[in-house]
Amino acid sequence: MRADLEIIQQWIAPGSRVLDLGCGDGSFLAHLKKEKAIRDCGLEIDADNINLCLQAGVNVIEQDLNKGLSNFESGSFDTVLLAHTLQTVERPDILVEEMLRIGKNCIITFPNFAHWRHRLKLLSGGNMPQSSSLPYEWYDTPNIHHCTIRDFDSLCRERTIKILHRTVVDFNHRSSFLMKLHPNLFGINAIYHFTR
Amino acid sequence: MAKTIPADSVGLVGPELIHFDEPLVLRSGSVINDYDLMVETYGELNADKSNAILICHALSGDHHAAGYHDAANEKEKPGWWDYCIGPGKAFDTNQFYIVSLNNLGGCAGSTGPSTINPETGKPFGPDFPIITVRDWVNSQARLADHLGIEQWAAVIGGSLGGMQVMRWAISYPLRLRHAIIIAAAPKLSAQNIAFNEIARQSITSDPDFHAGRYHDHDTYPKRGLTLARMIGHVTYLSDGAMRDKFGKDAIKGNFGRDLRTGKLNFSYEVDFQVESYLQYKGESFSGQFDANTYLLITKTLDYFDPAVDFDSDLSKAFAQSNCKYLVISFSSDWRFPPERSKEIVNTLLKAKQQVSYLEVEADQGHDAFLLPIPRYINALKSYLGCVAAEFDEQFDEKIDAQPEDQGEHPNAG
Repeated sequence: MRADLEIIQQWIAPGSRVLDLGCGDGSFLAHLKKEKAIRDCGLEIDADNINLCLQAGVNVIEQDLNKGLSNFESGSFDTVLLAHTLQTVERPDILVEEMLRIGKNCIITFPNFAHWRHRLKLLSGGNMPQSSSLPYEWYDTPNIHHCTIRDFDSLCRERTIKILHRTVVDFNHRSSFLMKLHPNLFGINAIYHFTR
Repeated sequence: MAKTIPADSVGLVGPELIHFDEPLVLRSGSVINDYDLMVETYGELNADKSNAILICHALSGDHHAAGYHDAANEKEKPGWWDYCIGPGKAFDTNQFYIVSLNNLGGCAGSTGPSTINPETGKPFGPDFPIITVRDWVNSQARLADHLGIEQWAAVIGGSLGGMQVMRWAISYPLRLRHAIIIAAAPKLSAQNIAFNEIARQSITSDPDFHAGRYHDHDTYPKRGLTLARMIGHVTYLSDGAMRDKFGKDAIKGNFGRDLRTGKLNFSYEVDFQVESYLQYKGESFSGQFDANTYLLITKTLDYFDPAVDFDSDLSKAFAQSNCKYLVISFSSDWRFPPERSKEIVNTLLKAKQQVSYLEVEADQGHDAFLLPIPRYINALKSYLGCVAAEFDEQFDEKIDAQPEDQGEHPNAG
């Protein structure tokens, strides 16, 4: 299992209701079902991924996050998860609010655009940065709302969102002394656990 | 020469007529004292009877869902859901025991308006009571009892069949583990009822209808039933599907309006292919289907509303269910469009039920649920693979749970 998911799963209570927004092939939900007997629900738009979810016995609903989550009742899930998808949606702020409405607590992971390599690339070459976590050209990237750790912290402050945990990790999802000292400069991926 | 039957077919099958002599009290208050159901089954029921699937048919379907009836007839088409049912297919007969019936009120062998009323010696005709989806499901539950099936592994149906699946989940929550609802709606819209009413008026206004006693006059409302089916058929297709079907002549701006003879007649004769196609489809249907059954089933559709006992709140109805759900819709279906399936899904979510949903991109309209569309079939196969794994596990657990030292089995060796 991916190391970031290893970190996330410690925040998920056994037997809880988990909504995974952009659940991919459903492997994380399948893992949580097996290990923590959660009640699972995943949203996905990719047809192949949806079929993989069905094969894995994961509950999956074909639904576009950009069209809203109004069909989910307030407080109907314990945890709402959005892994590596925040930067691809049309209105990340609205989605975060919706997650807070639906879930008692929320987990978001995203690539930190303010990592020093990205900063250096923009400063030295003047081109939009590319890296193994952001492997796209500016014109074909699904990542239409890049954000930094400092940006997300500000959003939480403005919206009075209570951060329960914030972990900053590298490609291998390990943390280091430098990342703890300067997360926005050295962190590659950010993992937030929050509530209101 | 005998015909060649494909290796993944269930092969030659025969229906069985099963008699039920316990009176069935209907939703309307009427009572059917005894009745017959025409049933076909495919595959083998396993030892603990946990691998049974019930197939619910739609308006014009029947018990013959898969395989062939006649070894000599090379032109015979297989059952209506043959591409789904068979060894290695989505409803894998190597794993599942599949039960398919002609519903009560039908005209393919089960008791219905064309059955002889023992009291009069004539067909029931218009005296046959209105049957609701709930009544069907009650009769299907008796069929399950008869077959010794306490709990279905899954109940599956498309369109009106999907409505029976919903009713099963609500009325008999402990008697199914999975509900697969395809191209259905939580209840009919005003537009749906409007089309049904036009169909009914077509039939009842035919002079050969004779207030439903056409058998007594040795005739049937051919013209009316043809018209009804023509209207229905258009609602099963999509604009795109009709363009594809009737727009093969490469004329720009043709919009699927291929001419039948290549020129306009300047008369009220048939000009376009779509006209003769619809007339042909309608007429061939009218020769095979009973007009009273058609009237009856359109009413069954119109009356379907499982929320009626739950303050019109469908989520309360679903809240008592106990199965997992798979809901499937098709993008170009305008009879029961994806929005209607989403209503079902959202109501299930509200009722805190476990549900999966997919909207299959398909140009074939409502008819798509009867067609071998790869994404759709793969989804059924994937989902049912997990359903099969469940009863395999249960069976393993039962074997594991048996005491180690049981002595020698009497038949051992």
